[in-house]
Amino acid sequence: MNRRDTLKALGLTTLSAGLLVEACKPGENKEAVKEHEGAEPSVDEAGRQPFEVERDKELLKDKFFTDHEMHTITVLADIIIPADEKSGSASDAKVPDFIEFIVKDIPEHQVPMRGGLRWLDLQCANRFNKSFVDCSEDQRIEMVTEIAYPQKAKPEMQQGVIFFNRMRNLTASGFFTSKIGVRDIGYMGNSPGKWTGVPEEVLAQYGLQKYRNNS
Amino acid sequence: MDDFQIKKSAEIYDAVIVGSGAGGGMAGYVLANAGLKVLMLEAGAYFDPAKDSAQLKFPWESLRRGASSTRPFGDFDAAYGGWQLDGEPYTTKDQTEFTWFRSRMLGGRTNHWGRISLRMGPKDFKGHQIDGLTDDWPITYEEIKPYYDKVDRLIGVYGTREGLENEPDGIFLPPPKPRLTELFIMEGAAKAGVKVIPGRGSVLTEALPGNKDRGACFYCGQCGRSCKIYGDFSSSSCLVIPAVKTGNLKVITNAMVREVLSGPDGLAKGVSYIDTKSLQEYQVRGKVVILGASACETARLLLNSKSSIHPGGLANSSGIVGKYLHDSTGASLSGFLPQLLDRKRYNEDGVGSVHIYSPWWLDNRKLDFPRGYHIEYGGGMHMPSYGFADDIHALNGTVPGRDGKMKEAGGFGKSLKDDYRRFYGTRFGMAGRGMAIAREDNYCEIDPNGMVDKYGIPVLRFNYKWSDYEIKQAKHMQETFKDIMHQMGAIITSKIQGPETNYGLEAPGRIIHEVGTVRMGDNPAKSALNKYCQAHDCKNLFVVDAAPFVQQGDKNATWTILALAMRTSEYILSQRKKLNV
Repeated sequence: MNRRDTLKALGLTTLSAGLLVEACKPGENKEAVKEHEGAEPSVDEAGRQPFEVERDKELLKDKFFTDHEMHTITVLADIIIPADEKSGSASDAKVPDFIEFIVKDIPEHQVPMRGGLRWLDLQCANRFNKSFVDCSEDQRIEMVTEIAYPQKAKPEMQQGVIFFNRMRNLTASGFFTSKIGVRDIGYMGNSPGKWTGVPEEVLAQYGLQKYRNNS
Repeated sequence: MDDFQIKKSAEIYDAVIVGSGAGGGMAGYVLANAGLKVLMLEAGAYFDPAKDSAQLKFPWESLRRGASSTRPFGDFDAAYGGWQLDGEPYTTKDQTEFTWFRSRMLGGRTNHWGRISLRMGPKDFKGHQIDGLTDDWPITYEEIKPYYDKVDRLIGVYGTREGLENEPDGIFLPPPKPRLTELFIMEGAAKAGVKVIPGRGSVLTEALPGNKDRGACFYCGQCGRSCKIYGDFSSSSCLVIPAVKTGNLKVITNAMVREVLSGPDGLAKGVSYIDTKSLQEYQVRGKVVILGASACETARLLLNSKSSIHPGGLANSSGIVGKYLHDSTGASLSGFLPQLLDRKRYNEDGVGSVHIYSPWWLDNRKLDFPRGYHIEYGGGMHMPSYGFADDIHALNGTVPGRDGKMKEAGGFGKSLKDDYRRFYGTRFGMAGRGMAIAREDNYCEIDPNGMVDKYGIPVLRFNYKWSDYEIKQAKHMQETFKDIMHQMGAIITSKIQGPETNYGLEAPGRIIHEVGTVRMGDNPAKSALNKYCQAHDCKNLFVVDAAPFVQQGDKNATWTILALAMRTSEYILSQRKKLNV
């Protein structure tokens, strides 16, 4: 199979990573694979086992977090990954929606997240007489600073540290696997081509020019 | 009115093959191309990588961004199945920790495997004289070499000719060049005295001469998702689907075989199976029955195929079926390279198999464990997926920030966001895959407490314990990894494993290289199959998966399964008169 046929087989004659539609043969179902923007998740059935399709449909029906919890998650996520010169914030990348889905998908997250969010609100209630989301920006940052640095947090903040580590992980997972985030971190793969080894200027950067011929 | 009946078909196939993985697929390919009328039964669903692969999907195209919620190796991984299957339990004896991976789909595990394609060497087939600890195969490397050669030409494998005695060279396509992290690994390994050579993998880095059905690799690094252009080896794409096109192979999927049926003459007659969707029962007939259901599943089938002539199970007069089960050893360590912070971005996906690896490089006579292992290396600017940036708090406090000052680990905000960018592509890992000694007292058997699966098929019970040999080998792996990482200037990030965790030695079954349960041998009192994988007790029964292995090497099983299955299939063709085929 030559390269042109290969690319045609994949529906990639323009090498765009957009709509990927598989060639239709008479009598076969058309399988369209769509890019998800994250806003309207739907269940993709191609190459999925029936139990996976059913499971996804069930998960999408449920709601786990309360509105207050989602609000707290959104504020936290944007503190963890804010907008900057390069890209948008966690909520720009729909990270809270991702977190809502993932705790349904991976139930081990449910109790630690729910409990951690409540712990956080209690801390704020004791310090500021308000829930976390009702605190001022300065108060929120003061609170987060207590739990964001595992090596220097006070011992009595340990539960918050563990919660914040989880929240940071989930926020980073959700952000950097979104379209915005994949672009931000600079992943340049997933694009048919030829691997010809480490680029010359990169070899030079690290003093590895000796590998120029077999790299 | 309930009408329960077993549909018995009158048609007698020349061969009935159970399983569509590497072995079953190769047998189907050879026999169908030779003009035999073949029926292949696959327990799982139909799968064609061209249509069913998740290749080239971005992470946001998965609701869970690639997490392992339903598939152990990630949401885009090609394997349908895992270590636990609904309604298909197994049990373990005493403190056994064996977990059993089943990949229920056309092509089986070959859809998602790592494509690492290593020939076993002369010392692997005849290892007894090394230290007396292993049994010899009844064949030599020289006897199987022609089949390895044919498999290389038929399927395609990349690598370099190195002239290493026990890592025989193949007929190679060019290997992919190393990535940046791999160059650092090569530098560090050289200083640590560890040999590194180009990897060997079944990926078409160039077009395969004479094959118009398969495309040449376009370097997306996603072999584990299976390949839409058939650029790597899956039994589905390279063997079964082409064999069906000959018109001589019929494949029935969702067909779980219960037992092999034999007649009063002791010969195999066919098999009985259940359609897992309709729950209809069937019996089909074949002049020859070929089992390629995977090592433990094939043993289970034989043990469940009792008759008055075969009271201990088919092909089991030796009592050996189920015994000598062994999996590869495995242990790993990971870290990151501070030198690689703030990497220049470019596409470094490469192939989805190893660009470099370390074949076993030492003399065991100078060590406290008997046999060796190879090392696989990984790392790079991969496609982001769920969890890929986890625990940055373990990294970002260990190196100075952009201003040259050390920062507090963890954090949040713009500085943290920047840290994720800085560290991208700096992480890497290494994993050893070693030879475990096959032992009679590591085995699977039919659960003696009568457990059945949801189809009413008696299940397996596993009994397995690593010996000191494997634990010491894992210890050596960890020491080697630490040494290489130190020489690289890397910072270790994974937990350093000690004796309390057997040095990170994975539980048996985790490496998914089970072999040995239906041993071949010259002596029918101590083996179930002869050197052609033909049952001593039942001349028209053959086994083509990894069950016949006497002793694995420090190589994974697939390439040897393919070579043996081809050899067995050609033997069947040469014996057509005797077998009435």
